Amino acid sequence: MHELAVTEDILRIVAEHAGGQQITDIYLVIGDMSSFVDDSIQFYFDQLAPGTMAEGATLHFKRIPIRFRCRACAHEFKPVGLDWRCPNCGALGGEVIAGKEFYVESIEVASNK
Amino acid sequence: MCDHCGCEDHEHHHEQEQEEIKRIPVVQRILSANNQAALENRQHLKAHGITAVNIMSSPGAGKTTLLLATIAALGARVRLGVIEGDTASQVDAEIIAETGTPVVQINTGGGCHLDAPMVHNALHALPLDALDVIFIENVGNLICPVSFDLGQDLKVGLLSVPEGHDKPYKYPAIFEAVDLVVVTKSDLMPYLDFDLEKFKELVQGLNPHAPVLTLSAKTGEGMAEWLAWVEAQLG
Repeated sequence: MHELAVTEDILRIVAEHAGGQQITDIYLVIGDMSSFVDDSIQFYFDQLAPGTMAEGATLHFKRIPIRFRCRACAHEFKPVGLDWRCPNCGALGGEVIAGKEFYVESIEVASNK
Repeated sequence: MCDHCGCEDHEHHHEQEQEEIKRIPVVQRILSANNQAALENRQHLKAHGITAVNIMSSPGAGKTTLLLATIAALGARVRLGVIEGDTASQVDAEIIAETGTPVVQINTGGGCHLDAPMVHNALHALPLDALDVIFIENVGNLICPVSFDLGQDLKVGLLSVPEGHDKPYKYPAIFEAVDLVVVTKSDLMPYLDFDLEKFKELVQGLNPHAPVLTLSAKTGEGMAEWLAWVEAQLG
């Protein structure tokens, strides 16, 4: 449900950067720890984009997996399911160093000639 | 084959593409509009000397019950206000209002979280000059509220004993984001397989800055630590 607000914000951001040009592609970066679902953003985008400069644009989703940095030994690793232990020293969990991303990375526009 | 787009005729295709398509770097965080509104809420609250606490949990974890017990214990010496977030109904606000505490109900109309503009509007309906603390009871949901900054000073995550100690595995974002974790309904501990030590270990592994308190608003067990935490946050 909250992807509605998110998609409105994406459309606002891309319009600000497109300079009135037709947007063909939108590149999004979404961490797996953020609570946003690709399909749901696509659904709202299909509803909201018509009539804007982003109508017909393709959404590209780059998902970033969660990564921990072990607080005991600084080893960086990817937690998998219920296995949150550092494979190097066995400490549980770690500082989240990736997986919280949520931004528009770039857009592609069809240049006006 | 071209690894950019999968085309076979690389040179011709991209020559043409470069003439027509222009890449524009953006790198702008989504929800920046919400975050701007949250910043304004934060400044507004600070100007009034108010400490705002965003309380998040699943539905039924005991947010309202904890607030009622907190009002009963602190209401005489700390000026409390409440913003109640629910998808529908005034039920929680009415219960709070019976205590004489200033309260505003926000109905999100099916929305799964509060956002900063909603809280902005709610603040207009509260007597800000007469408050020390505002508790913002978010919509019951372990996922979405975490993503929306409301302009609060502190975030508290509640987890009730029946929900199980494994929740940080499934909903890491909330436990990573909060300033305090409160395990509620501790009176049910003898009847359920909630492993408190395991839970604490998981939370600490994810977020060593957040203390874990355990309490029962019903029996009063552990309430003293919670009340002391609240009072320690006052400006």
